[in-house]
This record gives sequence, C-alpha cells and structure tokens, in this order.
Amino acid sequence: MKTPAIQIHDVHKQFGQLNALNGIDLSIEQGEFFALLGPNGAGKSTLINIMAGLLRPTIGHVSIMGHDVIADYQQARMALGVVPQELVFDPFFNVREMLRFQAGYFGHGPENDAWVDQVIEGLGLTDKAHTNMRKLSGGMKRRALIAQALAHRPPVIVLDEPTAGVDVELRQMLWGFIKQLNREGHTIILTTHYLEEAETLCERVAMMKQGKIVALDTTANLLKSHAGKNLRLTLKGAHLPPALLPMLKHGELGVFTLALSDLTQVEFALAELRKANVDIEDMQLIEADLEDVFMSLVGGV
Amino acid sequence: MKLIDANIPSAWRGPYTLFKKELLRFWRVAFQTVASPVLTALLYLLIFSHVLADHVQVYKGVPYTAFLVPGLIMMSLLQNSFANSSSSLIQSKVMGNVVFILLTPLTYLQFFSAFLAASIIRGLFVGLSIYLVSIWFVDVPLVHPMWIFVFALLGSALLGTFGIIAGIWADKFDQMAAFQNFVIMPLTFLSGVFYSIHSLPPFWQVVSKFNPFFYMIDGFRYGFFGQGDVSPWISLVVVMAFLIALAWACLKMLKSGYKLRG
Repeated sequence: MKTPAIQIHDVHKQFGQLNALNGIDLSIEQGEFFALLGPNGAGKSTLINIMAGLLRPTIGHVSIMGHDVIADYQQARMALGVVPQELVFDPFFNVREMLRFQAGYFGHGPENDAWVDQVIEGLGLTDKAHTNMRKLSGGMKRRALIAQALAHRPPVIVLDEPTAGVDVELRQMLWGFIKQLNREGHTIILTTHYLEEAETLCERVAMMKQGKIVALDTTANLLKSHAGKNLRLTLKGAHLPPALLPMLKHGELGVFTLALSDLTQVEFALAELRKANVDIEDMQLIEADLEDVFMSLVGGV
Repeated sequence: MKLIDANIPSAWRGPYTLFKKELLRFWRVAFQTVASPVLTALLYLLIFSHVLADHVQVYKGVPYTAFLVPGLIMMSLLQNSFANSSSSLIQSKVMGNVVFILLTPLTYLQFFSAFLAASIIRGLFVGLSIYLVSIWFVDVPLVHPMWIFVFALLGSALLGTFGIIAGIWADKFDQMAAFQNFVIMPLTFLSGVFYSIHSLPPFWQVVSKFNPFFYMIDGFRYGFFGQGDVSPWISLVVVMAFLIALAWACLKMLKSGYKLRG
C-alpha cells in the first residue's frame, strides 16, 4: 500500500479553555481530491495550520507523505503546498520574483524556473509576471497566492477557501487548473463554503463541527445516506396544509420545498393537499445536494 | 533578474534566498534606507561642527569635527542594522506574508542567519557611505583599521539581532516605534556619539558604563584615533558578551516559535 498523502492521528488542539480540535483521525490517500467542510469555527483552518507546521497540536500526530510535521518537518514541508485563506502578499516584489524566491526557500534554483513559468501561465498570470504584487487586483492576488503555494512543486496541495470572494469566471479557471494538477497526480485538499464545488470536484468529503469530524465518506455515499430527495411544489393557495409543515424546508411566494425521507412521502403530501383542496400548479422532485447533507449533520449550530 | 545562482548547492539555497530577498528589500528602497541616513548624518556633522568646533576639544590634537565622524558613522550603522531586521519582520507580520517563510523547510538557525546577514550588510553599507562622504569635508585618521572593522561588524550584528527580537516581539508598528524611540534612540544618544564621557559629571560617567552602545562607539572611535575612554579590549569583551547573550535569547525565541508559531 502507498503511503497516505496525509495521515492525521488523534489530533487535539487547545487554545486556553477552547478545544478547537477534539480528536481528529483522518487519512487521505495520494491522488485524492478531498474536501473539508464545516461552518466557521469548526476547526478546519486550525487543522490545516497544524499540517503546515504553523500550529503545534496539543496531542496527536500528523504526517505528510509519511513525514511527521514536527519530528521531520523539513521533509513534511517540502511535500506540502498551502494556500492561505487571507490575501497576503509581499509588497516589495513582482509576481515572478516572488515565485522564484518561494521556490528558493525550498532549495530550488534556476532548474525550477520552467515550472514557475508553467504555474504562471496555468493561472493566467503571464501578463502580470512583472507587475508588483501591490498593484494586482484582488483576483490576481488570489492567483498569485495559489501560484506561491505551488512554486516548489509539492505533491500535496491544501487550499483554504481558495474561491472566497472570487468571481465565477476566475473560479472556473482555478478549478480547471487544479483539476489538471490532480490528474497529474497531485493530492488536493480544499476547504470551501461553496458546497456545490465540493460536490462536483471532490471524491471524498469530511464534514467538521466543533472540532470533530461528523461525517467522512465518498461524496456519493453521503448524498445517498444522509439526505432524501426534495419535493418542490408551486401551489395556487399561498398556504400549506398544517400536516405538511414538519416537512417544510423553506417556502415563499407559493413555492414550497419539502424534505422527503423516502419516496412514499410524496403520496402522503399529495393526499394532504387534496384533502385541503389546494391546487398544484407545478411539482418537481429534486435530488439532494451536499448542502442538505451538510444541514442535516452540521445544521442548527 | 537572476535570483539564485545555479552553482550554489541546494542545501544552501534556502537561507541564501532569504538573505538575498532581505538585501533586495532594502536595496529597492535605497533612497529611504541608505541615502536618507547618510544625509541625516551629514546634517548632524554640519550643524554640530559649526556650533561646537571652536568650543570643544575632546581628545588632544583631534578637532571636534573629526571626533564626531566615527560617532555619527556608528550611530547610523547601529540604527540601520536594527531597522533592517525589525522593520522587515514587523511588516511581514502585520501584512501576514511572514507565513510564506514559516511554510518553508528553513530551520530557525537559517532564518536567524539570513536576517542577521542582511542587517549587517545594510549597517556596514550605510556606515561606509557616511565615511566616504564625510572624508570630503573632514580629515579623519585611520590608526587601527582592524579595530574599526571589528566594532562595525560586531555593532551591526548586535543591533541586527536586537532587531530580530524586537520584530518578533512587537505586534504592531506602534510598539516598534516605542522600542525605537524609548530604547534605541536614548541608548545611542547617551553613549558618547557627540561627546566623550569624561566630560560628564561622575554619576553620568558611571551610568554610561552600563550602556553597551558606549562600548561599541568607544571601541570604534579608538580604531580611528588610537585613543578612547576605555581600552578597546574591554569594549570588545563587553560587546561580545552582549552579542552572545542577545543571540542566545533570539535563537531561543525562534526555536520555540514564540509569536510566530502557535
């Protein structure tokens, strides 16, 4: 069996009285496209910072490509590229210089310049290669930040909310590029608030809540097991019969979405509507998405 | 621009890159980091020598203007070595981009060496610039060049190290400014840049002897004139002791990840 890209064993992290992480166990295989989901404060960034060596776990061990992040931190960091969540940059240098410096810290020299140029091109930064970091727009800074994490060609790439505040076009481009890296064999771990992104991109998902992993499965299994289908009804009368209220997920302007735990509930809903003499204008059966899984597991926080 | 030479072995490239980045960082704004301290020192020289030249003679046979030059060189050298490491660190902490260094396999020793080396280069460069400009106006002897070099090197190393400590400790620019104005400036001005401590009342002479800056400046000045307030060997021992103590504290901070890693 291949060494896991990331192995997390019983990791706890305390900040004073606060338990940010409460016993995380997680193994991510090489070549996976993995999503880490959870509300703000669930501990995603803390976990990432422990992988990156920016924080030390109170208890537990993390290794990257088989290298412990504390005992063997140099090898572990060589194998890891982290895209931080905040748009940080060094105001003294231009994009290409910054990337070459970044690669240089990892011991790379001119032989790596071709890869740096490839990253610049892949992220659509070619026109900006000689522009000072200060003068880049927000979107361009985001690309440069991703490029910086890739400069030393790490096999494992962690992206902490890479598409927060990024427009649709750039998001598409970023995912195109990252999918290509994944096809070339890089392991990708991302956190995101856009659940549909995780759903379309990632094979496997971990959901976190209050420092614990509450679900860990393939995206397909999570969708199958944790969320039923939804029934969307457009009704002539603006009111839903009271018997259906417990199933209501949201409703406005005569359009109601009901959560179904199984398909027999469709019959029940229709019968109730007939009993109440409500006319149905339109009816749709909708597949559950990760958001439903997410809400059922993490919701109510 | 070529940043890293292919001949440098890969084990050395990490710290070398950080050193080079720190050098370029101040060199890109040389107007502020080199030209302006040189101008400031010249203004001091001009004004103090104009006002005091005929009134003060500190050492026998040494005009006040000449006496002043080594003090001004050392003062600027110390301030600039401190500014280089401290401002770089506080800026990258406040901007958040210090994370790019923390994510790398650089060891704490490499981190220290790179920041220190860049600080030393800036200090020496500013000092040399002031010397080269001032010898157009003032005759300054060079009695023991070796002592001059030794104290310039140790002084810039001491303040470079101090700058790293301050840069790691401070959380905001405000605290850094306080450090600079309430610690560095008084220690510099009260160290004998503009006077010999023998001209002070006995109490302040004793106080001055607790100021490490006094020994750096006095030893440095000895190199120019062959005379000083104390023996250069005493100064050497004191400065070395302070350097070792500060470097030890700094390395301990870096090793523990104090304020950098949680």
